[in-house]
Amino acid sequence: MKHLLSIEDLGADDIHRLLELTDHMVEISSRPIPKVPALRGKNVVSLFFEDSTRTRTSFDTAAKRLSADTMNFTVSSSSVSKGESLRDTIETIAAMGVDAFVIRHRSSGAPEMITRWTNASIINAGDGWHQHPTQALLDCYTIRTGLNRRDGFDGLHIAIVGDIRHSRVARSDVQAFAALGARVTLVAPPTLLPPSIEGWPVEVSHDLDSLLPDLDVLYLLRVQRERMEEALLPSLHEYSLLYGLTDARAARLPPHALVMHPGPMNRGVEMVADPGELPGSVILNQVTNGVAVRMAVLFWLLGSGTDLSEAP
Amino acid sequence: MTLGDTVTRLVIRGGTLLDQSGERIGDLAIEDGRIAAVGDKLTGDTVLDAHGCKVSPGFVDLHVHLREPGKEEAETIETGSRAAALGGFTAVVAMPNTNPAHDTVSVVDFVRAQGQKAGLCEVLPSGCITVGRAGTQLAPFAELAAAGVHLFTDDGNGVQDPQLMRRALEYAGPLGIVLAQHCEVAALTKGAVMHEGACCSRLGVPGWPAIAEELMVMRDIELVRLTGVSMHFLHLSTAGSVQMVRAAKADGLAITAEAAPHHFTLTDEQLNGYDPVFKVNPPLRTRADIDAIKAGLADGTIDSIATDHAPHAPHTKEVPLDEAPPGMLGLETALALSISELDMPLADIVAALSWKPAAIAGVADRHGRPIAVGEPANLTVFDPSQSWTVVPAQLASKSRNTPYAGRSVRGKVRHTILNGKAVVVNGVATR
Repeated sequence: MKHLLSIEDLGADDIHRLLELTDHMVEISSRPIPKVPALRGKNVVSLFFEDSTRTRTSFDTAAKRLSADTMNFTVSSSSVSKGESLRDTIETIAAMGVDAFVIRHRSSGAPEMITRWTNASIINAGDGWHQHPTQALLDCYTIRTGLNRRDGFDGLHIAIVGDIRHSRVARSDVQAFAALGARVTLVAPPTLLPPSIEGWPVEVSHDLDSLLPDLDVLYLLRVQRERMEEALLPSLHEYSLLYGLTDARAARLPPHALVMHPGPMNRGVEMVADPGELPGSVILNQVTNGVAVRMAVLFWLLGSGTDLSEAP
Repeated sequence: MTLGDTVTRLVIRGGTLLDQSGERIGDLAIEDGRIAAVGDKLTGDTVLDAHGCKVSPGFVDLHVHLREPGKEEAETIETGSRAAALGGFTAVVAMPNTNPAHDTVSVVDFVRAQGQKAGLCEVLPSGCITVGRAGTQLAPFAELAAAGVHLFTDDGNGVQDPQLMRRALEYAGPLGIVLAQHCEVAALTKGAVMHEGACCSRLGVPGWPAIAEELMVMRDIELVRLTGVSMHFLHLSTAGSVQMVRAAKADGLAITAEAAPHHFTLTDEQLNGYDPVFKVNPPLRTRADIDAIKAGLADGTIDSIATDHAPHAPHTKEVPLDEAPPGMLGLETALALSISELDMPLADIVAALSWKPAAIAGVADRHGRPIAVGEPANLTVFDPSQSWTVVPAQLASKSRNTPYAGRSVRGKVRHTILNGKAVVVNGVATR
């Protein structure tokens, strides 16, 4: 596989293989010196056309642990702000010798478009409302370890709650969770669902409270303030009343259930309870696992011919 | 020396004449811009072979964007006229969304003059409905009409304000002009990139719902009913629009409509690879919509096939889908797509490409005329069975944004005659 653009590019077998590879990366990351030479000489360029702290840092850390050379471009520091086209930007940087671009872009489909302009591998680090495949993989890894489900998610019930319509995380997670066998329920007011979910392997509910006792994973999405201006919500307060995770709602989850969030959280909106006090919260595990998953993805795409097990 | 400029008697030999009265075999002789003789084994200074071809009245495209003035890097009136001639069109209505827009006599005079200078087809400037297409103040209809403008539209924008649209119709009534609407309720298409449905939901891009077109079609049908003034609907794309126009026509309302070839050939699934060449406004829709557009053309609900030829310079389409401008080329592929995809008698296809739009454009005195002695010689000679493959680099348009690259189609223009002169001979423009 050359690119990682979408979870759709992966089958269940691929996802399992990447999660197994992630186990190795977790082990490497736990060493006193968490660094292996697997990607020595490879040049990984992060090109972020949209603000991001955790994803960019996570990829950067992952690449460095595998000894790749890394470069970071953000919109403000590149010539994009001088009017350079996306294609010219890519071709210019690619001319310096690049093995992989890690792309974050506000436009859905931008990473796929970029594959036409360079021979480098393209890793989608989030495009518009479309996909965020490494987030979905780290979410799968977090569930896999958190619920000890190495063989798949058969029988698990996962609710994804919030602004599904505008969420690349939801689009990726739905495909990944379903591929691994989970039952997925989308929970949102109709205005925050996509116009059509034809073909999506999901159920839909507008009633979080009735679902809570049945859930193995409660996955909260960030709800943005500007959604009120588009008449998608009356107010964040009303959203919080219906869908916010309060202590009372948390108490109705089964004891083993995980609470997840891709960050950044809107405290007091979708997350009313203190996540630090929630026994099932694995939100920081998600961040930790993000580095290992991204190491796995980089190694999977760039590490052919190198043997991880021989790494010092 | 060019063929088109020097011949005095041009003969089109061996074709089948096809016009409002049906088909018959015959040669044509053309002198002084008019058909001088119709008969058998005619002779002349120059003879154009039409064996295997239909000889029909020239095509009229109600909807082209020629980009001049303002965006000459995408198309000029000359390059667009050449594409039109190669597509068999002898007249095209140039949309007003240039820079500056077609809201003053000086701009429409310029567009018409550039068309005459190119000499490849008759370029008919449309006029704006509102000044600057801004939707607030009526453009000077009477002054522009006196300068020869017949079709008025803010194309690219729909007229949002129902009061303003009502007044526009009322004011236009006695002038004998036609107002043409780009049907799109803008509040429903903010940021829209493609048809709202399963594909846009999966791709994660904002949708352009069918209802945004249909609400304006619905409103304007009622405004036509109220004012009694006729109206033309541009580029209808949804099954619901076709059904409403069908019902309105059954009610006797003076409404005409057009559809573009891409709306009866391509669906929103083309956008799966995020290729901006498939981005167009109104957007590519569903199979059911395609079927409805075809049925509407077949039963005459939709009067005309109009291309919405919309060239864009390559660099402007090499951007993410949501940033790309909407629009696709159409002039050089319209006939072939119509023949290849429409399950209609050829005569009905030619009607929708020629005399029906000629009447809507107000040029029925010189385009789309019957093939008879004394008539103006604006003619298209095409081989309905010739197969060819669309190659973007071979198109005459200055831009390359055809969605049909590599597609095999059937039906090719062999010769185009404008005012008695051959502007296309054997599929090659003579100027």
